[in-house]
Amino acid sequence: MLIKRKQFIQLGSLATASMMLPKFLKAFEQPALVPPGNKVLVILQLSGGNDGLNTVIPIRNDIYYKARPKLGITKEQALTLTDEVGLHPALTGLKDLYHDGSLGILNSVGYPNPDRSHFRSMDIWHSASNSNEYLYTGWIGRYLDAQCKGCDKPTQALELDDVLSLAMKGEQAKALAMKDPRRLYSSSNEKYFKDMVAHHAQDAGERPVDYLYKTMAETVSSADYIYKQSRLHPTKAEYPKSDIGNSLKTIASLIFSDINTKVYYLSLGSFDTHVGQEGQQKRLFTDMNAAITAFVKDLKANNRFEDVLLMSFSEFGRRVKQNASGGTDHGTANNMFFVSGGLKEKGILNPLPDLADLQDGDLKYKVDFKNVYATVLNKWLQTDDRAILGKSFEHLNFL
Amino acid sequence: MKVTTQVKNQHLLWRAGFGPMAEEFHQLSTASNKSYIDSLFKASAKGPEYIDVAHSALKGLAMGVREVGQANKPLDEEQRRKMRQQSREDIKSLNLTWLNQMVNSHQQLREKMALFWHGHFASRNLNILYQQQLLDVIRRNALGNFGDLLREVSKSAAMINFLNNNQNRKNHPNENFAREVMELFTMGRGNYTENDIKEAARAFTGWGANIAGEFVFRKNQHDTGIKTVLGRNGNFDGDAVLDILLEQQQTATFITQKIYRYFVNETVNTDHVAWLAGRLYQSNYNIKGLMHDIFTSEWFYDAGNIGNRIKSPVELIVGIRRALPMQLENESIQLLFQRLLGQLLFYPPNVAGWPGGRNWIDSSSLMLRMRIPQLIYDNDELAMKPKDDDDQMMGMRDARLKKTGKKGGQIIAAAVDWELYIKKFEKVPREKLLGAISSTLIQTPNAINTAVLNKYIDAGSRDNFIKTATIQIMSTPEYQLC
Repeated sequence: MLIKRKQFIQLGSLATASMMLPKFLKAFEQPALVPPGNKVLVILQLSGGNDGLNTVIPIRNDIYYKARPKLGITKEQALTLTDEVGLHPALTGLKDLYHDGSLGILNSVGYPNPDRSHFRSMDIWHSASNSNEYLYTGWIGRYLDAQCKGCDKPTQALELDDVLSLAMKGEQAKALAMKDPRRLYSSSNEKYFKDMVAHHAQDAGERPVDYLYKTMAETVSSADYIYKQSRLHPTKAEYPKSDIGNSLKTIASLIFSDINTKVYYLSLGSFDTHVGQEGQQKRLFTDMNAAITAFVKDLKANNRFEDVLLMSFSEFGRRVKQNASGGTDHGTANNMFFVSGGLKEKGILNPLPDLADLQDGDLKYKVDFKNVYATVLNKWLQTDDRAILGKSFEHLNFL
Repeated sequence: MKVTTQVKNQHLLWRAGFGPMAEEFHQLSTASNKSYIDSLFKASAKGPEYIDVAHSALKGLAMGVREVGQANKPLDEEQRRKMRQQSREDIKSLNLTWLNQMVNSHQQLREKMALFWHGHFASRNLNILYQQQLLDVIRRNALGNFGDLLREVSKSAAMINFLNNNQNRKNHPNENFAREVMELFTMGRGNYTENDIKEAARAFTGWGANIAGEFVFRKNQHDTGIKTVLGRNGNFDGDAVLDILLEQQQTATFITQKIYRYFVNETVNTDHVAWLAGRLYQSNYNIKGLMHDIFTSEWFYDAGNIGNRIKSPVELIVGIRRALPMQLENESIQLLFQRLLGQLLFYPPNVAGWPGGRNWIDSSSLMLRMRIPQLIYDNDELAMKPKDDDDQMMGMRDARLKKTGKKGGQIIAAAVDWELYIKKFEKVPREKLLGAISSTLIQTPNAINTAVLNKYIDAGSRDNFIKTATIQIMSTPEYQLC
């Protein structure tokens, strides 16, 4: 918790408000201002295992239609991207982004020895582990650890949710979860809480009570900061009133501010469509499509679209064959979307999955998701991806 | 740190139940630990009463009896929508009724154990009849035989529907149930292969539940072929597979480990778990015996096992209500607390249940936890909205939350019986009052900073001192632990 003298002097106008905070906490009262062109990553988690084959549709593949006599989306229904590829009918805005050159689709992303249980596969994606190893930290959490040795900067990564995901938990640093800045601010702006934090012994131990005090201290001092930032340039753009719409609106307002946040995280679900898939996926995609469309329009209007990368993923795809209940069961490899004005490669980034070459009825992965993480960490967040992922993964070219 | 009898008794009451009740504050330091253990087990010896909150129209439907005027007419979409809405409302009633049991019942051990199993056999299901049936299975067998519990849960309509076993048919196997029964209910990951799951799924084909919530075996959907599960060959059905799972020593180990983490310490002592698991297996899965072993073990009362468990949101809410007897005019605000804090009963995040421990704590949940006592004391407004969940709400989100304040938030509207509470401290001299209240409410070894506390305590009168000291102590990080 060493703080350099210079950082103390930077405290400025916030000094009064933070008089009662322990010294080590004052560090993030005045974080470094965002450099121009600051790259921001927005991670969109499609929880429950989105059916990738009904998202990016192989509209000329007989195997697909044979495996899905009821669920298959016809060429006529699908939104046309190429002669071979269609998009789910609800994803109209993403189709426009595709033709606009702002969408990249990476097919057959997965990992060796895929796990078909939701939470385990989600753990693997969050922790960037192999399927036979167990890590208790997440890849963004370890990014925070690496970014900020010896100081706490929970605002470098924010999750728009009530609960913090494993992906956002590091060994030392943890991101901050909040539904919206005002609520966080009002709930933590209590004199008693600030006083308690100020008087708690600072020799942070490993006991649960130390963990609680640390969380409390971080919250109290971050809440102020985030709230103020969120009010600097709140977006005036129209967003849909859905959960994801509200979250992306909050994110946009923070992106337009001077906040030091590099990573935003949000989830949409549930895509676990064992039963009644058609209606469920359509409903979720309709919300997702409207929110992303508004977000991109807003970013473009504020000239920030080149600096923002929105990336979607799901813990797994689904079986090629439909099941008997109008749904699909847990599968393996899946596609990922990349939305940004700063893509180096756009469109369909690699071939569609080969439906003639399956493993027990499931897709074979062609790209390890850790290659994607390495690419994003290295080329977008400009950090040492090997240190965070534990080994070297080849970088892709879309960034 | 010296572990006093009072600390021991409170430790037991927090772990085997939901913390001490105001009525018993005076005997916490005098009654023997053994007498507390004995009375906990004695109180939970009797079976629980069935909690039935389902609207009669739903029950009528399930029994195939239509209401007057609708005889033999199928329900139209609007009627079905109303039925679903009714079911969701009834699940809220089930939640609040069970919560009241946790607060008021003498069967503290049974209800605590039931809460554990509620997370272990996690099932999201929007049918009130199925939910209250599963809750009954869990509460009845909470301290019984784990094999019986496993079999009854596996055949419950709630679990069969949640894990899609109605769709598990001979020619279209659905592996969901087979996977979770091994991964989460019995052995844990890494102790079976993908092939074991595929084979076990075949054995469970034909297991289903009808609309009335009864288990049915659909013979023509059952795969009668030979299966190989965990190295055993045979023409297995579902029961046979459950028997095979129970025969595995690993099942006893897995269950014991999970119980140890929940009731003793998140950090497992492998010697203790090995000893407990051996005895659980020997006893043919007698849960009561396991819990007795734990609560009578000397190591259970080691300083290192005390005051280090982060209370779950339900434990926190129930614990506050036991310590501070109160009438809640706006009972439904407890549902809002549960949602905001991440533990809404009957809506576990997934089949793995609530992860617990430090996962309960994020910045916003911690701050809300510490504001709850003040909200109760001030009857202040809570203007926070939980994350939308279409499963539960259907546009009826706030229908129950009637006490809306000026700012559009919720008012807790609690009438605390301070008289009873204050009386419990009548023999304590003023200078020792803060210490006495603190040691009754807090289980962590280090006391809360009294200099800070005193700044926020109203010392105007003895009564106000007790009230405000209690509220402030409950609003600390320390109070989140037990």
